[in-house]
Amino acid sequence: MSLFRFLRRRHWDDERARELESYLAIEMDENVARGMAPEEARAAARRKLGNPTRIKEEIYQMNTIGFLDNAWRDLKYGARLLRLNPGFAAVAVLSLALGVGANTAIFQLLDAIRIRTLPVEDPRSLVEVRIDTKEGRTGMFSGRRPMLTYALFERIREQQQAFDGLAAQGTIRLNMAASGEARNASGLWVNGDFFTTLGVKPFLGRVFTAADDRRGCSAPPFVASYGFWQRELGGDPAAIGRTVVFERHAYELVGVTPPRFFGVEVGRAFDVALPLCSEPLSRVESGLERRDLWFLSVFGRLKHGWTTERASAQLATISAGIFQSTLPDKYRPDDVKNYLAFKLAAFPAGTGVSNLRRDYETPLWLLLATTGLVLIIACANLANLMLARATAREREIAVRLAIGASRGRVVSQLLAESLLLSAIGGLGGVLVAQWLSRFLVDLMSTESNRMFVDLTVDWRVFAFTGALAVATCLIFGLTPAVRATDAEPAMAMKAGSRGATDTRERFTLRRGLVIVQVAMSLVLVVGALLFVRSLRNLLILDAGFRQDGMLTVNLDLRGTGIPEVGRRHAFSELTERIRGLPGVERAAEAFIIPVSGSGWNNRVVLDGTARKENVNFNSVGPDYFRTMATPMLAGRDFTEADTPGRGKVAIVTEQFAKTFFDGQSPVGRTFQIEEGAGVDRPVYTIVGLVKDAKYTDLREEFTPIAFVAATQEAKPDPFLQIVLRSQAPLTTITSEVAAAVASMQPASVLVFQTMNSVVKESLMRERMMAMLSGFFGLLAGLLATIGLYGVMSYMVERRKNEIGIRIALGADRGAVVAMIMREAGTLLLAGLIVGGVASVGAAHWARALLFGLGPGDPATLAAAATALALVAIMASYVPAWRASRLEPTEALREE
Amino acid sequence: MAGTMPKRGNPPIQGEMLQGTLDLLILKTLAIGPAHGHSIAHAIERRSDEVLQVEHGSLYPALHRLEDRTWIASFWGTSENNRRARYYRLTPAGRRQLTEQTSRWDELVRAINGILRPATD
Repeated sequence: MSLFRFLRRRHWDDERARELESYLAIEMDENVARGMAPEEARAAARRKLGNPTRIKEEIYQMNTIGFLDNAWRDLKYGARLLRLNPGFAAVAVLSLALGVGANTAIFQLLDAIRIRTLPVEDPRSLVEVRIDTKEGRTGMFSGRRPMLTYALFERIREQQQAFDGLAAQGTIRLNMAASGEARNASGLWVNGDFFTTLGVKPFLGRVFTAADDRRGCSAPPFVASYGFWQRELGGDPAAIGRTVVFERHAYELVGVTPPRFFGVEVGRAFDVALPLCSEPLSRVESGLERRDLWFLSVFGRLKHGWTTERASAQLATISAGIFQSTLPDKYRPDDVKNYLAFKLAAFPAGTGVSNLRRDYETPLWLLLATTGLVLIIACANLANLMLARATAREREIAVRLAIGASRGRVVSQLLAESLLLSAIGGLGGVLVAQWLSRFLVDLMSTESNRMFVDLTVDWRVFAFTGALAVATCLIFGLTPAVRATDAEPAMAMKAGSRGATDTRERFTLRRGLVIVQVAMSLVLVVGALLFVRSLRNLLILDAGFRQDGMLTVNLDLRGTGIPEVGRRHAFSELTERIRGLPGVERAAEAFIIPVSGSGWNNRVVLDGTARKENVNFNSVGPDYFRTMATPMLAGRDFTEADTPGRGKVAIVTEQFAKTFFDGQSPVGRTFQIEEGAGVDRPVYTIVGLVKDAKYTDLREEFTPIAFVAATQEAKPDPFLQIVLRSQAPLTTITSEVAAAVASMQPASVLVFQTMNSVVKESLMRERMMAMLSGFFGLLAGLLATIGLYGVMSYMVERRKNEIGIRIALGADRGAVVAMIMREAGTLLLAGLIVGGVASVGAAHWARALLFGLGPGDPATLAAAATALALVAIMASYVPAWRASRLEPTEALREE
Repeated sequence: MAGTMPKRGNPPIQGEMLQGTLDLLILKTLAIGPAHGHSIAHAIERRSDEVLQVEHGSLYPALHRLEDRTWIASFWGTSENNRRARYYRLTPAGRRQLTEQTSRWDELVRAINGILRPATD
């Protein structure tokens, strides 16, 4: 029997009917010819043929694939049941769609960030070439993945044998505005072979060739990403050949990359790629010349037959020579020793490189576990509902089993309903996931750091969702179905007739499910509270400065043409002017904005001895501490009188004093900043002491910080950064400042950022964890409460008779409430105990993400348990109260 | 015939006929030329001198089964007395089956005869 015939059964049915008709006609003809009357002839023909329906049925059976036929019928039956209970169907589909959707969304992110390979040719043969350790490198670091210097890249390119080609890239933010507020594009400096090594074909025009990347290039071309081409160039094919200005230099567009290519850094999408040779055009101090400026990441395409190990071995043999020949000249002896000991190696890079992985991999796995638990809780709810429904149909099922239905058939019929639910829920989940994953990406992005994740649904996501849907179906469908058919038919029929009460063990499974639900939701609520409290701890901690009402202004004065010697004066003038604006309370120069991620650190020399402790530095102008609201503890602030000609002065923090002066007042003491041999080390006299403040990160312990006077810097770079405090609305103050700057230095470029958003960016991960775990914790608590309520209501319903009798016999209504509440309380308590133990264990996984409290924080645990218990008790009081209101006569008459 | 595997769900062939014998008879009848169900039934009865009474109803499932195995093929035609009728003809595969099954039938008959009438000479 073919599937073809199965699918065309109706056609074959007709065909046979016509054939039998034709038989009857022929036979009748013959009978008439033999002399029978037509009526008689027809009857005789029928007799001869036998029962046509039976014949057709026999043939129909032959055309049937039993399994498929049954499955189809079961599904239709399931659909009918669901239509009859739209409320149940809606709740089930909704909770499944939410559960599956949340899981899929998080998995989608994990897939995009961690698992998926780059959209380049043969990603498996792509490796990253870098030093096999990240420690010990000194010098300047620039860009998002500063792994190698240009000098190292050049030597590797000359001496390597393992690769068909090398792709090097440095990242840079490119400003496209000539003056006023900056408009940024995410730029890459890439070598000439970059695109050909990756195997990225142009979507339009061409990609770079080696000819585009020659040292000293003066009119370089650029390649745009598909997104940039759409956004900035209107997706115009004629845009090829057009010039665009980046950092005050014109570049000509030669090509556009395909839509799917976002670069090699997962989580970021590049806008434009410039040839590496153009790097000196947009950087004050070129990395092509400086041997201690780390700004490149380098990728290699393995030659056919080469493995990562073999490539590493070859790189190891050439390492010594390469490092010897690229030694930076200003290195100190221990830096030199470190540098010469470095070894190059190859690392698989088929899935790209990413800083997101370090920050978000653990949180995402934790969230996946969280959403997994939520889904299980939702499944337990559905299982309970299905159990209740199956119990209601107990007698029907018993009858069917008794008259010979096979248990498998009954189970599969019961399963069909859950299968339908999980299929619809799974589909809904995919939709929810699309929305949710986008929301998550937005949550991880800020205005200045847009996160890009390719969220196309690939087979892995589909497989994940499918597996999830099947698993949920089995969890909530199979057990009730098997159990429903478990009972002895005779027993079930008897029990349903006039039993006064239900047996205890029929409830065991349902009780177990509720206990599991309560336990799991306690774990999630504890987790949520831990994350929320961590975030709160970070937000209320004393960072040493007040972030509210603070704005940072970053000025790029390269276009203004102020000579180096005039800058100091211009900076003071600009700061003074901004300070005098009506909305501005205070303003000061600051080289480094706290917790913004940038930093400057070095070691200090005290009384001629170099100390090994790391010190963070900042260069700030007068009034900085008052602007930041950092209390001055002793000594004086910087003033305009601290000029380059006078002796160098510094202000240090308490932690600095504690570390280097045993906590004694440092005012009047001196130190030097350690510099390479041959560089003079001015002596700094400490003139003030301030309270501790956070430097790179809110989570860190206070570090020793030394502030030097910005006004003493003789030859500053053409960049000025100002922090200001204002109560005026943000738009008012930014336009005021922009206008003031434009009137003084029209060719300068400004970037504004509020201190609040700086802090927010530094707490992005914490915020995400608090928000999502809070949401899922609430959801879990809600689901578990519904579950408890459902089970208690059901139990009351089943015990109506018994309760009715009790009341009829004079039981106090209060006693009935107490009886039901005792029941609920036992379940709750068991769940809380199991959950309490589990959450202490589970929280250890999240230890690294917590701040200011331990994973086993007793207050958190107690708060979560109390909250959950209160809600659960309220939820079970409703059925208990209803039980106590039972009219005994009605309750007894009902069955 | 004992050698043909009965399909699941098929009821045993009616009457006293050996299972599968009907199939063989249909194939043999069609070997002469295409025929419709009614004429096949009558041909079998006629050619067995009315010894074998085919239950006409059981013929159709058998025809269906044989067509399913691609031993016979069917088409709509017009009967001798101008009625639309479904005709069946033997396919090459059916012809091979006929030869094979005929020789197995002979074997079977010889074997049974060997038991019923042992050689006396």
